[in-house]
Amino acid sequence: MNVLESMLVAIIALRTNLMRSLLTMLGIIIGVAAVITMVAMGSGAQKEVDQQIAALGTNLFMVTRGYSRDHGARKAAGTRVRLTEDDARMLKEQIPEIVAAAPTMRGSVQAVIGNTNWATTVQGIDNDYIVARNWVVREGREFDPREVRTGAKVVLLGHTVAEELFGESNVIGQTIRLNNVPFRITGVLSQKGQTMNGQDQDDVVMVPLATARGRLIGHSQSVPKAVHVIMVSVAEAGMMDDVEQQMTQLLRQRHRIRADQEDTFRIRNMSEMVETRAETSRVFNMLLAAVASVSLVVGGIGIMNIMLVSVTERTREIGLRRAVGARSRDILTQFLVEAVTLCTLGGAVGVLLAVLISYGTAEVTGWPVALQWEVIVLAVVFSAAIGVFFGFYPARKAANQNPIEALRYE
Amino acid sequence: MKTSELVEFERVGKVYQVGDSEVHALAEVSISIGVGDFISVIGPSGSGKSTFMNLCGCLDTPSEGRVMIDGVDVAGMTDDELAALRNQKLGFVFQQFNLLPRTTSLDNVALPLLYAGVKRRDRHHKAMEVLNLVGLSDRTDHHPAQLSGGQQQRVAIARALVNDPVLLLADEPTGALDTRTSAEIMMLFQQLNDKGISIVLVTHEQDIASAARRRLTFRDGRVIEDKPIEQLRFLQPDRSVKIA
Repeated sequence: MNVLESMLVAIIALRTNLMRSLLTMLGIIIGVAAVITMVAMGSGAQKEVDQQIAALGTNLFMVTRGYSRDHGARKAAGTRVRLTEDDARMLKEQIPEIVAAAPTMRGSVQAVIGNTNWATTVQGIDNDYIVARNWVVREGREFDPREVRTGAKVVLLGHTVAEELFGESNVIGQTIRLNNVPFRITGVLSQKGQTMNGQDQDDVVMVPLATARGRLIGHSQSVPKAVHVIMVSVAEAGMMDDVEQQMTQLLRQRHRIRADQEDTFRIRNMSEMVETRAETSRVFNMLLAAVASVSLVVGGIGIMNIMLVSVTERTREIGLRRAVGARSRDILTQFLVEAVTLCTLGGAVGVLLAVLISYGTAEVTGWPVALQWEVIVLAVVFSAAIGVFFGFYPARKAANQNPIEALRYE
Repeated sequence: MKTSELVEFERVGKVYQVGDSEVHALAEVSISIGVGDFISVIGPSGSGKSTFMNLCGCLDTPSEGRVMIDGVDVAGMTDDELAALRNQKLGFVFQQFNLLPRTTSLDNVALPLLYAGVKRRDRHHKAMEVLNLVGLSDRTDHHPAQLSGGQQQRVAIARALVNDPVLLLADEPTGALDTRTSAEIMMLFQQLNDKGISIVLVTHEQDIASAARRRLTFRDGRVIEDKPIEQLRFLQPDRSVKIA
């Protein structure tokens, strides 16, 4: 008797007890569906975090203006403007590991084109900023060095702004008014999506730093070259700690901070923050999958339970089969195949259910969901394995029946 | 040593271990069954006739002596070898029919061929043939629940015949049937015996026992009487059962 015949016999046996078979399968169905759905949701969240990491820029430090102390009274961050363009240039020159050091300013503007307008954020940048934050100019071009130096009235549009103001039409070379100043559009940035905090990173226009300072944001009288933030990108992740120390040292020197004074700036390792978040989400995923696996194991125990009942109920059938020539191996195979068939069918239905739940959840809640083929295949294989594992004991019990006693069983 | 006898018991004994004590179910039984024999086995319960049957049916092996089935010594055979022997040489008929529920007559009859490794198409072909032999060619798609007791026993007999056995073993085949149906079933056995099929039949009814050609009487694990039956019962010229 080959495996195909055994499967046929098993399916017939399962069909004769349809309701019970379905109920038994339910445990496996729920288990498999739970595992796949949980992993899908987990890896969806994971994917989002990964995208955030990529969007953030590689090995990124954010240097901001810190607090300053005036006779013990702490003032708000940035009360005394201490970061300048020159700080950024110096950092890049002095520390070879730094790939890009981008001084930037931020403000808000009203963008107007024709009769539509849009309130957005303006970012004063130089081309290092594009490098540091992994921005890509989707259409058009970056600023050229002369434009950056002279503070030309040119602008790069974020994806959201371009979409809101222009829709599908071509924007390159067109003129847009930012706070009533006409700017020529040189390019459009490709989409980055949301930050971890849910801010739309694409709702932005970028202009040369000098332009932003001179025409849109304004500048401090005392420190004309002041900037809000310096974004620093480092060549390799392993150098982050070393570079952070060097930066601190250099900035303290430049700002003439005495040894007993606190820093007047803050250096934040952005990559580390996101990595921590990614790690948290990974651990959470594993926990979810582990909990879901427990339900799969419980389903397997259900299979064992029902198979034991089935073996007892069918003792005479077993006796008869043995009498007409079934070897105990044939009986073992028959009951094992029954258990595995139950589990595999349950696994298949569970996969369908998981697909429905995953896409349904994604549709209703907008959560990111990533169904993975590997997980689906693994879940089905695993459920078959559960069939073998939990089906073996009942099957062996069936195979070891003494045919004479089995035939006499009432 | 190959003999012409179908079944040979040589001083066979069977001892069961029940708790601490030994039960001698069979002792010093020597008997031979030839090709074409129709033997009824009779005796009170506990007389050893079931043990005798199990040994004949290769469901069990003797503790003492030697049992030869169709020239093969069953002692020392493995479980699998015994299963193959049952599958190829023996046919079983039981009191409770032991048909698989919710399974058609055809599939029930074809069951032994499944374990013989016969192809599905050939299985069904052969099963049709024997169902025709027992007069049930119009009941092939019926489930046991849809058949009368007599019909169920005919399906069971067809199942026992499907592998062309050298010996048919019937354990109280009429125990669950009424008198008229019992007579019909016994006639079927007689007709099969006429066709050359050897039969061993266990019963506790004298009536049924006298349908055979030879009667073995068991008591306390021994054969106390072994004699041919002169006057055959149930045999009627009007044969309601068609033999192919």
